[in-house]
Amino acid sequence: MTALDDLAVERLQRVLREPDLEGTGYRLVGLLGRGGMGSVYEVEESALQRRLALKILDLPGEDAEQRLRREAEVLATLEHPGVVPIHAVGTLVDGRTFYAMKRVVGTRLDAASVRTLTLAERLRIFLKLAETVAFAHARGIVHRDLKPQNVMLGPFGEVLVLDWGLAKRVGVREGPAGHGVTGQPGDTAPGAALGTPGYMAPEQAAGAPGADDPRADVYSLGALLQFLLRGAGSGEDLPAPLGAIAARAMAQAPGDRYPEVAALAADVERHLAGEAVSVLPEGPWRWTVRQARRHRVALALLLTYAVVRVLLFLVRRT
Amino acid sequence: MTRVVTALVVGALLGSLDGLTAWFTPEVRPMLAGIVVGSTIKGLIAGLLIGFFARKVNRMGPTLVFGTIVGALLALVIALMQHGHYLEILLPGTLVGVLTGYATMRYGRAPAPAPAPLARPSGAS
Repeated sequence: MTALDDLAVERLQRVLREPDLEGTGYRLVGLLGRGGMGSVYEVEESALQRRLALKILDLPGEDAEQRLRREAEVLATLEHPGVVPIHAVGTLVDGRTFYAMKRVVGTRLDAASVRTLTLAERLRIFLKLAETVAFAHARGIVHRDLKPQNVMLGPFGEVLVLDWGLAKRVGVREGPAGHGVTGQPGDTAPGAALGTPGYMAPEQAAGAPGADDPRADVYSLGALLQFLLRGAGSGEDLPAPLGAIAARAMAQAPGDRYPEVAALAADVERHLAGEAVSVLPEGPWRWTVRQARRHRVALALLLTYAVVRVLLFLVRRT
Repeated sequence: MTRVVTALVVGALLGSLDGLTAWFTPEVRPMLAGIVVGSTIKGLIAGLLIGFFARKVNRMGPTLVFGTIVGALLALVIALMQHGHYLEILLPGTLVGVLTGYATMRYGRAPAPAPAPLARPSGAS
């Protein structure tokens, strides 16, 4: 087969893969990305002449359809600036389920250059993320797949939590899909996958009862905090209070973790404000160092004043 | 504490401390009480001016510049009244102004933002 034939075959395959949006009111613009369960396309809504994103199942199937519809319901429940708003849910002519959501522009956290951001900027990203997750918990929804790939940073400081495909309403029994992990870190597949190694709580990985507890998200947030502070693959040491916060959030036993996301966020806020964190006992030395750091400018000015006074006194004496 | 109160407290405190340092100059030691009172009043005046400026401007940079100018000018007035000790009065006095400006912005409570005007429904008279 010649190179030209290969190109022709590839084009044909691409056309065949493209969804038929007839009767939906949307016009296909292009492919935005593929996930474990389906693909996301950029479309134009004919009635309002606006660009949206359409998540479409790759193959029709009861389990996947249930999961996609559940994700759509979760998104509809969570009206929050940190969650992509959903506009509609429906079925294509070929029987595949889809939902339409806002087309978000930004960079995924795993692809963003977090190492160029200051520590305070990284912590503020974390706090926005934690606020969204806390909001979901308050609505009885546990995300269960928090990881850098599922966080989008917008150009105006927005922090969006994506992919609520594995989210679960607390107290609702899991559907026919089982539990397990995907083979590739960062990959979330349908059915078998209910988490991502490295970001998934131990009880989630073990499929233990109570794996849908909000404290599973607290664990993942601890792992995300570490990611934000260290950047991918770096061996840089965390500041002691932040290390203690991440360690508490990522405790093996759920009971040893922060009881809720708000408590974790409060400790990060305390650290940002130069206050003591709840998980790190503070002796006199650490207290002194923290206060000196917190009031360093005032101390430097007072020291300058004292030095000037001493110098003037010495000059006068000589 | 509000910006004005913080500036007054810091100004008075630093002013009195600044005055007390006169104890290290033996020839003015007999006038220490007067110097401390005068210096405290100077600190209070500087604090009042810096506090109102900080409340109005609400920015660290301009407040530091204003504190420096106020501290230096008030110290200059004192030095002119003393007919001497220019360096000993001007330099620390200016630093007291800088410190008061910084402490006011760093530790004083920012004024509450003004409430946004209510939108009037279209067509309402």
